[in-house]
Amino acid sequence: MEMAYSERRNRMWAFIILGFFALVSVSTFAYNEYYIYLSIYLWFGLVYGLALQYGRFCFSSAFRDLFAVGVARMAVGITIAIAIFAFVASLVTAQGLSTFHPAPSGIHAVIAGFIFGAGMVFAGGCASGSLYKTGEGNMNALIVVFSISVSQALFVDVGGWANKLVPESWHHSALAKGLPASINVGDGWMDQYLAGYVWNHPVTTFAKMLGWDNASALGAIVGNFLIGVLLPSALLLGVVYFVWSRKAFVRKMLKQGKEKLTLLDEAKGYWAMLSASKRTAIAGLVIGVAAGLHMLVLQGARVKFGVKNAGALLERMGFDYGISVNGTVFDPGYWYVTTQEAQWVGWMIQKTTGANYMDNVFFGYVNGIPNPAVNPADWMSLATIGGAAIMALLYSEFKFKKPTLELATWAIIGGTLMGIGARLALGCNIGAFFIRVANGDPSGWLFGIGMVPGAYVAVKFFNWWTERKMEKQGFGL
Amino acid sequence: MTMKFEQTSEGNYLLDVTGYVCPHPQIYTKKALERIEPGDVLQVIFDNPSSGESISTMCENTGDEILEKKKEGGAFIWNIEKI
Repeated sequence: MEMAYSERRNRMWAFIILGFFALVSVSTFAYNEYYIYLSIYLWFGLVYGLALQYGRFCFSSAFRDLFAVGVARMAVGITIAIAIFAFVASLVTAQGLSTFHPAPSGIHAVIAGFIFGAGMVFAGGCASGSLYKTGEGNMNALIVVFSISVSQALFVDVGGWANKLVPESWHHSALAKGLPASINVGDGWMDQYLAGYVWNHPVTTFAKMLGWDNASALGAIVGNFLIGVLLPSALLLGVVYFVWSRKAFVRKMLKQGKEKLTLLDEAKGYWAMLSASKRTAIAGLVIGVAAGLHMLVLQGARVKFGVKNAGALLERMGFDYGISVNGTVFDPGYWYVTTQEAQWVGWMIQKTTGANYMDNVFFGYVNGIPNPAVNPADWMSLATIGGAAIMALLYSEFKFKKPTLELATWAIIGGTLMGIGARLALGCNIGAFFIRVANGDPSGWLFGIGMVPGAYVAVKFFNWWTERKMEKQGFGL
Repeated sequence: MTMKFEQTSEGNYLLDVTGYVCPHPQIYTKKALERIEPGDVLQVIFDNPSSGESISTMCENTGDEILEKKKEGGAFIWNIEKI
């Protein structure tokens, strides 16, 4: 009876959360139809949260568990999600309806990936993973979310002594961009890094590199999807199969009396690896399709309202606080996690201290710091946490967990590293990796290449740390 | 709350990693399994759902057998026999 009661209570809470989001959507729409734009982010955010929790979908796990415990489950799941998203995205792109913009490709993406990769292992979850784990009641993950948020907001505005670390060439190049005086681009490390260094790198896609148009069937489907995503993904999974998954499959075959594996057996083993975790594969499918549709639906809303960015809608609704000098706010048009986390902290600092947080490229020129209550991407992140909570409650996996000092320390270190890495790369495991790789942007692969050694180094550290703890319990090896 | 690893009786061990988040429960489980003998049973208590997926797959890979999976109030209690 006790179990039945707690299950009923969990289910009730799940419906209360769902009802809350529905109420927000309906009441704001009744107030002003432009709110539907924010609700699009909200409902896709909710779907991401449901799927992330259901599949325990975490990019940190994908890189880390390979090295830490030899488990390929998540690496496989994420590759499946990327491939499905890439396929849907290529159809959207071929129609000329994509909201995606590639990022500058350069060595900075690899370095940023390294820092981010180490950070997500320390933190125990990536940027999106920490959101869904917060929804599971994991307060350690909430500390990670706060650390990512605060570190980014501080990092993008750091000037003073940090200006001395800026190479002369970045400084001159940044000044030569002719940005508005309010940005004060010659002051601030990040400003000069962005305007004087990152922006000088080529922006491209696999389609463009092959001389094809992005918005064509050839460019989007053959260039970006087949050559840019499917082929490298299949090869990567081949490596994962031979290094990590094959051993268990061979043992199973030996048990069945097979001594030598034929090519057909190997193909079966490869397939067994792909279909090993149904939960992860289903989550990958849902995320892949949702992420593709998200771009399409938002583009539709932009066409309907005759805008290119939510900044115009916010101004029409009378919210002119924190809109960038270009009249824009952060409105990626697809799934994103970290920028909106920096924004609410930037907004809060400016509101409470009166410090000018709009005199930098990140906030003042591009993303703005609108009130979080009307920030479309913040609606998405909150709904992701809510979606994860709904799923966790329905499966009786919701548990309020207080952080310990040890875990909080790792959370702050990891979250801060992720915040810095995300800003250096202009995105996290979602914005800089998942979205970019799936849309044929080589900078996504560069970020991923950096994440591998970053995760490896952090796993080595944790191996040493846990070994020490085992010894303390009298179980040294 | 810190992690606890101890022998409870002949051939039986307990690993309590309640409160720990990724990657700690799976790393401690791997290390605990390395320290016990074939035939011994390890009881793992954890409350981080995603670690369960990793531990399951890890046991499939190594051949160690998960004898029992229980769920009590958001915590998972698994008995694993080392092969």
